[in-house]
Amino acid sequence: MMRALTFRLNGAERTLEVDDARSLLVVLRDDLGLTGAKYGCGVGYCAVCTVLLDDAPIRSCVTPVGAIDGHTVTTVEGLASGGVLHPLQQAFIDHGAFQCGYCTSGMLLGAVALLRSTPHPTREQMVQALDGHLCRCGAHQRILAAIESVAAQGAAAGEAR
Amino acid sequence: MSDDPGERAGFDRRRFLLLAGGGVVVALVGLGARFALKRDREFAYPEDLNAYLRIGKDGRVTVFSGKIEMGQGVMTSLAQMLAEELGVAVASVDLVMGDTKECPPDAGTFGSLTTRVFGPALREAGAKARSALLGLAAKRLGVPRTALAVDDGVVSVIGSPARRVTYGDLAGGAKILRVVDRRVTLRTAKEFTVIGQSVERLDGPAKVTGAAKYTGDLRRPGMLYARLLRPPMHGAMMVSLDTSAAERVPGARIVQHQGLIAVLHADPQGAEAAVRAIRSSWSEPATTVDSESIFDHLVAVGGEPNEIARHGDVEAAKARAPHLVKSVFHKGYVAHAPMEPHTALAEIKDGHATIWASTQTPFPTRDRVAKMLGMRRDAVRVITPFVGGGFGGKSAGQQVLEAARLAQLTGHPVMVEWTRDEEFFYDTFDPAAVVEVASAADPSGRLALWDYAVFGAGPRGAEPIYASPAQRIVSASSGPEIHPFAVGPWRAPGANMNVWARESQIDLMAAALGQDPLEFRLRNVVEPRLRRALEAVATAFGWQSGPAPSRRGQGIACNIDAGTCVATAAAVRVDAATGRVIVDRIVCAQDMGIVVNPEGAKMQIEGGLTMGLGYTLAEELHFRGGDILDRNFGTYQIPRFSWVPRIEAILLRNDALAPQGGGEPAITTTGAVVANAVFDAIGVRFYRLPMTAVRVKDALAAATKA
Ligand code: FES
Ligand code: FES
Repeated sequence: MMRALTFRLNGAERTLEVDDARSLLVVLRDDLGLTGAKYGCGVGYCAVCTVLLDDAPIRSCVTPVGAIDGHTVTTVEGLASGGVLHPLQQAFIDHGAFQCGYCTSGMLLGAVALLRSTPHPTREQMVQALDGHLCRCGAHQRILAAIESVAAQGAAAGEAR
Repeated sequence: MSDDPGERAGFDRRRFLLLAGGGVVVALVGLGARFALKRDREFAYPEDLNAYLRIGKDGRVTVFSGKIEMGQGVMTSLAQMLAEELGVAVASVDLVMGDTKECPPDAGTFGSLTTRVFGPALREAGAKARSALLGLAAKRLGVPRTALAVDDGVVSVIGSPARRVTYGDLAGGAKILRVVDRRVTLRTAKEFTVIGQSVERLDGPAKVTGAAKYTGDLRRPGMLYARLLRPPMHGAMMVSLDTSAAERVPGARIVQHQGLIAVLHADPQGAEAAVRAIRSSWSEPATTVDSESIFDHLVAVGGEPNEIARHGDVEAAKARAPHLVKSVFHKGYVAHAPMEPHTALAEIKDGHATIWASTQTPFPTRDRVAKMLGMRRDAVRVITPFVGGGFGGKSAGQQVLEAARLAQLTGHPVMVEWTRDEEFFYDTFDPAAVVEVASAADPSGRLALWDYAVFGAGPRGAEPIYASPAQRIVSASSGPEIHPFAVGPWRAPGANMNVWARESQIDLMAAALGQDPLEFRLRNVVEPRLRRALEAVATAFGWQSGPAPSRRGQGIACNIDAGTCVATAAAVRVDAATGRVIVDRIVCAQDMGIVVNPEGAKMQIEGGLTMGLGYTLAEELHFRGGDILDRNFGTYQIPRFSWVPRIEAILLRNDALAPQGGGEPAITTTGAVVANAVFDAIGVRFYRLPMTAVRVKDALAAATKA
């Protein structure tokens, strides 16, 4: 059904007239020009399409766009602010936590969600939170190290973004 | 222009300079057949040109190379190699890669060749450019070149740093061409300031911000998404077709042309809805083989094997051997499954075709497109954006032909993005394979016989690394005719099978003699670099000597691949209740010669070992004839966070040897090291990969009964 949706996207209020049954991934990539979220499987298995709906990581490929009405959506394009990378983005660079980079935006958003809900996750909590995120290049160990380093910084600075 | 005596006679400098423009330009020629493609006269670049670099008046250095970046980090390591010789900062180097208009031809990115073969040539180009620039600077500053020093693209007079000139200034007024076709003096390992440093990857900022563009992220005005009607199985023939419902999908356009049936739509979901609305029926070919019967099939149809190595009297050694160890090993088909499926965008305008493609082979792909479209090849341009993983699987280019054909038929730019289902269906799988091996050792633990045959996988990794007085290694066909669907190169093609089989067999012999598997290897290994890698990994791992099975769950394996000596040790546990193999720790030591970017090399080792857990523990394509039964990650499991052990990568310093392969060696040992550790843990030897939980559980049950 065509409907006007109102939502916050990467910090800005947006209104969009759209068929609310379309996939959020397609709307982000084609209607809104945000191609950071990727297609990997289309059915919820791989998480390379992950974005945040409010604070929750969701698989945008299987989410009808109508679900974002009245909510906040964050994509990888919205993580840096004022030209400064989000600590997790910086940590991914510092730890070499990517190779081809295709899974990276989904990984980052999964990690952002984890640290918002659990600022000091144990290794098991990290593994559990990200286990649905596939990475064919095998960057897993460095992704965990990157998240750990940000959690530790957050502890030192007494805050987590 | 240059009067350099080292230049080649055949190089057409006039034509090349038209292309390359001004500034200081250094051309690389004559790297040999593995690099070059057959070219014809219609192609713009001179014969034998492999790459070139240009220094502009802003001081930035641009390298034009037909290689591509698919995650392996070569964009960064190549920039480092050039920066080292040229005397500039890595950050001032830009790479233009895999663009058939901008870059000279290249056969493709595979085989761990980029750093190993292309890298040294690029260093020579850097050295040559530096020498040319020093000559210009000497003239400009009025001093002999020996009085000059270079730092970060600035040439200054030694002792009076205020007298200086930048590369940019020098290049600005120059129109210089140098051709590298002979050895120039390169910097030695002692002089290195950039090579050997863990430089941050140049593609990092783009990849963490979502700015990095992959093919599927591109949009062109008027672009349509295409979905193609696919057969339900390989070999099926269409019996009936009804597109009337698809035609009624608003905005959908159906194209039928020479067996290709496609739906185009401005919205990808519109295209999907329309393709689903097509009604078709197909004849199903009789099933010949399946995931279980494939192994007998491969041996039956393999034909006369090729001899890879032979010496001594194998039959006599067999007759003499007091204890012959005979084994047969089986491994199924494995998918590449890059996270980015095959994608291509094609646009044809004014007699020119532009193709953006996720491919490892931009130039061969360009040639295929030109042929299909009936266009001159210099009227076709293939551009390679970032590639979301390749592993050998993005060499074929079927999706590119589909997009190009549809663009030609419709007059619109056309995007073809394979779904995951199509990705599994049309993958060029790592072949299923069989190894039959008979071997023997004398009581002191020296190999006396090695008689080895591989079917289906090819010989890589089957070459002898252990000394044996009687040895025969043969490889039967690995060609497409023996497989029920397409197969192709998969990260170290064939080596995962061969190294697993060989290293399992070595462990079987050590166990039969009651000897420690590490000592057994050290006694028989030929290459001193490999011996050093074994010793290093044993020390770092904390190897406990003794015969297996020790119930500790430790394993060791080694290999030589792409010039790199690699030894790996692993610690595993087996959950007896579920049969699940838990890999706790892997330590891997590699002598890969000079290491250009240590962190980059470690990433490749870790990535390879992690990816290798897939073919070791879970990945095996299920099929019935041409019917591919695994079509997504629900049934086809690839490694995930909960599988990943602690991995320690050790780089053994060897500055005497030029850089060797880095992307492939480690993964070739994963299957072997885990299988050997599983044997050490539970006393059960696996002759079939993957060691799925079900198979391990069944094997444990059988062992308890016996
Ligand atoms: S693309 Fe959404 S989960 Fe794979
Ligand atoms: S970095 Fe390539 S899939 Fe994760």
